[in-house]
Amino acid sequence: MPTELATPEAATRELSYAEAIREGLAQAMQADERVFLFGEDVGVYGGAFGVSGDLFHRFGPERVIDTPISELGIAGAAVGAAITGMKPVLELQFSDFVTLAMEQIVNQAAKIHFMFGGKATVPMVVRLPGGSGTGAAAQHSQSLEAWFAHVPGLKVVQPSTPHDAKGLLLAAIDDPNPVLIFEHKLLYKTRGPVPEDPYRVPIGNAAVRRVGRDLTIVGSSIMAIRAAAAAARLAAEDIDAEVIDLRSLRPLDFATIAASVRKTHRLLIVYEGVKIMGIGAEISAMIAESDAFDFLDAPIARLGGADVPLPYNPVLEKAAVPQEDDIVAAARRLVREGRA
Amino acid sequence: MASLPGSRTADAQAPERAELAALGDDALRVALSRMHLIRKFEETAEASYMRGLIHGTMHLSIGQEASAVGTTLKLERDDYILSTHRGHGHCIAKGADPARMFAEFFGKENGYCRGRGGSMHIADVEGGNLGANGIVAGGLPIAVGVGMSIKAQKQHRVCMVFFGDGATNEGAFHESLNMASIWRLPIVFVCENNKYGMSMDIARAMAVPNVADRASSYAIPGIAVDGNDLPAVVAAAEPAIDLARRGGGPTLLECKTYRLRGHSKSDRNLYRTKEEIETWRDKDAIRRLEHELVAHNRFAETELRAIEEAAHKTIEQALEFAKASPDPDPAQLTRDVYAD
Repeated sequence: MPTELATPEAATRELSYAEAIREGLAQAMQADERVFLFGEDVGVYGGAFGVSGDLFHRFGPERVIDTPISELGIAGAAVGAAITGMKPVLELQFSDFVTLAMEQIVNQAAKIHFMFGGKATVPMVVRLPGGSGTGAAAQHSQSLEAWFAHVPGLKVVQPSTPHDAKGLLLAAIDDPNPVLIFEHKLLYKTRGPVPEDPYRVPIGNAAVRRVGRDLTIVGSSIMAIRAAAAAARLAAEDIDAEVIDLRSLRPLDFATIAASVRKTHRLLIVYEGVKIMGIGAEISAMIAESDAFDFLDAPIARLGGADVPLPYNPVLEKAAVPQEDDIVAAARRLVREGRA
Repeated sequence: MASLPGSRTADAQAPERAELAALGDDALRVALSRMHLIRKFEETAEASYMRGLIHGTMHLSIGQEASAVGTTLKLERDDYILSTHRGHGHCIAKGADPARMFAEFFGKENGYCRGRGGSMHIADVEGGNLGANGIVAGGLPIAVGVGMSIKAQKQHRVCMVFFGDGATNEGAFHESLNMASIWRLPIVFVCENNKYGMSMDIARAMAVPNVADRASSYAIPGIAVDGNDLPAVVAAAEPAIDLARRGGGPTLLECKTYRLRGHSKSDRNLYRTKEEIETWRDKDAIRRLEHELVAHNRFAETELRAIEEAAHKTIEQALEFAKASPDPDPAQLTRDVYAD
């Protein structure tokens, strides 16, 4: 469940998603001198998406470190710093660039704790701005989070709100394991209530954003936002959708999904990553393998990214990932016609 | 203990070369003991494999002992090393217990990694060994982070990272040397150039004659040394270690050596001649050093044999320890995937 807001005043204070992350970074660095931020253009430039902002001026060049364009090198540097007493937070400028850093994240960060028999820990955080919708085309718009959810030893989170962006970041920094935070580029400017005091959103707890009876819509990041908007429209058609924001892909809060499916008897999974071999496949299979399967009154439906590299043309780009209208239509089909 | 070259005999002799004279008897005893431990460890590992006691594969460093021992001889206990797939020598040279290494080799619960890592992932974190690595150049970016960590925590430690000639053609090598240089990190980069990346001759794989030449691209010292000459290796490594400890930044040290065994157990030596192997066998680092020590009356032959015998006994006991050690419990298969 969502972490309760601290005070009524705090609840009224609004920050953008980017500001919330920056506040979390600042609070973590103030509280713990082992925490530092590094990455490409995170210093004076303030980060490609403005997330680090003024942190360079507040914490200096030893805590907010500009790096050369060396994604593999800096990912490995995060591993080395983490296993020797530091708590690095690495920004990879676009999540797509993680492809250049795969070796260190998948072969090293994820495995060191296990491979060394539990004798070392890798408390590192990687922040990855991902997702489409900015006209950045095929190499700057991907949603690759499912790749990492496939790797034992990694944790993968996807905040959808400013509140969760700060709370999941602080939880990730506390975590003794490598945590990848897939932030969404389209969400950086969205605003919402954010308590000023530091707080943690536990990693592995989904949030029920809307309680409903007729179907369960599961999504994360911007898809949770679109699912909630779709649910509001569906209510006008007398379709009462329950919306689950996963927040964390690994660990996955399957219990919350299964409990919801047992209640609503219908499941629609929405995600931006390519539909096949993705998060939807895993959740569908987990439901199929569980007792929740017996409660289904309709096939499980998935809405995912089209099986295509993200196109540049804005109309095509929009068509390649699930939009609010798509979710409304899919939910309607599932409830009214009983088909995916 | 101060050494007095030639003082133990009335015979007039050529004076000891400076590299040897710089090493006291105690240091030489330690170095010889470690070289014999490594040699015997690997010969025993090989024999155990042949007899079916060990599964998987292994990468033997027989012939490269002077490099592992000479580079690390002047490191402190709390200095760090990062090693390679051919890492048994580094591990022993840094002071690891051969019994726990053998137990790891055998996949036993009381091995260094509780049997989860095996030959390619032995780590002795308490002893400053941050792990062997199964990925060529995998340790290099990690060393950058260790260097950042040492600097941020204002420690006086040094990080020594080993890699082979093959690793210097990986991007990770270049990214890491560049970052270590621009940030003046306390790292000694040790390339053990054994002439082959698996089967590929370095002369065919690299456009410059020496790995050390590559240091000029990063404005750091690049030193090439006969890696089968223990006193020369110590003499080359010590200033690099001191430079790093003083805050003077990294050095690239190339130890030119040779592996007398194949790359791994599958190697049929199709890419090199018997004559070449024999030529290098004549340059065997252990025998060379022993001859020189006897010639200069630094050690009597009987004393040298006693050092070797003691090392052999240690390895025999290590083997027995490993054989008698318990296997991991399959019920604990998924333990330590995540740290708590």
